[in-house]
Amino acid sequence: MKTYQRIALAGNPNTGKTTLFNALTGLRQRVGNYPGITVERKSGFLKSAGTTHEIIDLPGLYSLNPTSKDEEIAWQTLTGTYPFEPEPDAVIVVADATNLMRNLYLVTQITDLGLPTMVVLTMMDAAREQDRLINPQALQDTLGVPVVALNARNDAEVDQLKDAITAGNFATPGPLQWKPSVKLQKAINHLRTGLIDSNDAIPERAADLESLRLLAQDAALDALTGDARAVVVEARQMLEKEGLNGSAAEVLDRYNYIDEILQTVCAGPVDPRKSITETIDRVVTHRIAGPALFMGILLLVFQAIFSWAGPFMDLIDLGFITASNWLADTLPDGLLNSLVVDGVMAGLGGVMIFLPQILILFFFIAILEGTGYMARAAFVMDGFMMKIGMHGKSVLPLMSGFACAVPGIMATRGIENYKERLITMMVLPFMACSARLPVYALLISAFVPGDTAFLFFTWQGLTFFGLYLFGIVMAAVAATIFKKFLPGAGHTPFLMELPTYKIPAFSNILYQMGERGWIFIKEAGKIIIVVSMGLWVLASFPAGEPGMSSAEQLENSYAGQIGKVIEPAIEPLGFDWKIGIGLITSFAAREVLVATMSTIYSVQSDDEDITSLREMMLSDVNPETGEPVFTLLTAISLLIFFALAMQCMSTLAIVKRETNSWKWPAIMFGYMTALAYFMSFVVYQGGKLLGF
Amino acid sequence: MPKLSDILTPAENLRVTRVTGPALNRMLEMGITPGTAIDFIRQAPLGFPIEIKVRGFLVALRKSEADHIEVDHHG
Ligand SMILES: Nc1nc2c(ncn2[C@@H]2O[C@H](COP(=O)(O)OP(=O)(O)O)[C@@H](O)[C@H]2O)c(=O)[nH]1
Repeated sequence: MKTYQRIALAGNPNTGKTTLFNALTGLRQRVGNYPGITVERKSGFLKSAGTTHEIIDLPGLYSLNPTSKDEEIAWQTLTGTYPFEPEPDAVIVVADATNLMRNLYLVTQITDLGLPTMVVLTMMDAAREQDRLINPQALQDTLGVPVVALNARNDAEVDQLKDAITAGNFATPGPLQWKPSVKLQKAINHLRTGLIDSNDAIPERAADLESLRLLAQDAALDALTGDARAVVVEARQMLEKEGLNGSAAEVLDRYNYIDEILQTVCAGPVDPRKSITETIDRVVTHRIAGPALFMGILLLVFQAIFSWAGPFMDLIDLGFITASNWLADTLPDGLLNSLVVDGVMAGLGGVMIFLPQILILFFFIAILEGTGYMARAAFVMDGFMMKIGMHGKSVLPLMSGFACAVPGIMATRGIENYKERLITMMVLPFMACSARLPVYALLISAFVPGDTAFLFFTWQGLTFFGLYLFGIVMAAVAATIFKKFLPGAGHTPFLMELPTYKIPAFSNILYQMGERGWIFIKEAGKIIIVVSMGLWVLASFPAGEPGMSSAEQLENSYAGQIGKVIEPAIEPLGFDWKIGIGLITSFAAREVLVATMSTIYSVQSDDEDITSLREMMLSDVNPETGEPVFTLLTAISLLIFFALAMQCMSTLAIVKRETNSWKWPAIMFGYMTALAYFMSFVVYQGGKLLGF
Repeated sequence: MPKLSDILTPAENLRVTRVTGPALNRMLEMGITPGTAIDFIRQAPLGFPIEIKVRGFLVALRKSEADHIEVDHHG
């Protein structure tokens, strides 16, 4: 009995592939990137009956003809042309039993590859509910590969699949089981005899497929020159004479074959009466109710993020304080102690404190995705998003941006069109992330009156709301401008499936939350450790003289010196050198501003105690003019600066990773910071002119 | 032949007659092939994308795609 060690898992999106992958591999998973590129991949280990199989989860795809990076990888992995690893020993194709017609399309392509294959039909329970009768045995007989039919959420049924995998229950059907029409076959033969059969680089089993690729894909033709090109052009002309187009002929023949198969495999309504999905959609995608519902859901998610996360954030904060105190006492006094406690731990704590909010956000996103709602939100919003250069699918990343830009930028991967994806990334940091919250809270509570504006709204609450809105509006404006000036990325087909509604499985939601949360910790943590050490150096050297207060020491440090150097530049915005230090230290992460201000104003109690800091700031006067340093106008100018400026190293690093170049993070940093400066300038100077 | 993008109201008796354009291949692969029956379900709030039902599943298309699908009414 042969054991298949490396098994690729392929399938259309929304077929239950992730559910199956989790069920097969449990927690023995690792998430990584495909080497050299930034498409994410997961692989995991299935241990069963004493053997171990590596399961490689391929990106969800509709076809092996690559139109996106994801599909290209899947294609390369399955054909063994992916440069970093050998081809898999076997393939499992996941197909949704309630949507067999379209799912079988990919199945026919994969069985063409000549790899040992098994088909898994998921959603059998749902198919039964819809009175679709599916005969897996008949499917197995026609396809010539083993078919396992199951409910991916039922452990016992998944166990049977595990047994089938361990037993090596795969089969290798010959290519082109779908029997190309005579005309298409002629063109294939022409290519094989004229070109492919004499090319040793292409294994026999891939020869037919390579012929089809040359017929269908212009990119494949463009890569050829000379005689080879001539042969392909001839073959294409043979088809055109028959009134066919290479790719269309292939697709039509495959669908004809599928229609034929389904007659023996399926009974019952292929297209059942109006499904529940369509009934729900009547409200959810309604012209007016749809957008209203979406706004409602957004509000609910925010409410949850901000009201549920509090206690957990306090807990993390306490944890970091305890750990820092312990380290401070344990490590020998001196530089290392200070570096670890004031540098690394302070920086790390400042980011990790947002983990609860981010996990709550991921929780909701997992639910919205798992139920199928997210595709509806994209449908409802796409018309508007397209006008400003983005995609309906940009909504989800932008929404994540309210918790943190880092996971938001990672979530743009679902957007196929590169230009739309790039614009989404470039404007995403305008969403008021949670790191801005402490800054907003400090400044608003100190300088904006708490009186009621009207009804039960206070000026403070309205300012908060206004800042969020301001971020959204600026994102829309910036996106529109990017749309005008960025070169197009070619046409990307917009065909977005609206999957049937499902009740997501709780375990999968937890999986997703954990997985994405871990990526956040890893990515943001890495950067913040490095940057906070750098900032620690700036704020700690040159070392002050004995007897100096920490405020004097900070004033004396490089950070303080830089603050004074930049003072003339930021004075027109209403900022003095103390705020300058804050701008420098908050470059890596915005919330650091609060801690820096506390140090500058020598607030002895712990950082979180905003009340005393607020009073110190309010009573600070300029020694030369005798006027207060902070006025309402300064505060507004500073708020605007923080709303717009790019002050987050983690975001820049993740944009670098996702775009594979420093160009975009550089542009992002430049334009956002310039815009922040300009807007603060206008507001402060304008305000002064008006006599505020 | 009317284009799919000209259809404005729900209709259950449409049939694809011709598919063209830059997204031809992907549309065919998703099962939008000549002769296939489709239902026009609805427009999104700003008119596009539109939602159709083809081969038993729901899919949204932008105007750029719907412009390249010709349909006729049958039955
Ligand atoms: N009824 C039913 N639901 C399933 C089955 N497999 C997955 N689901 C649900 O279908 C949705 C999509 O599944 P997921 O694994 O995320 O699909 P993927 O996009 O292919 O990875 C989730 O809400 C799952 O809980 C199944 O066999 N039966």
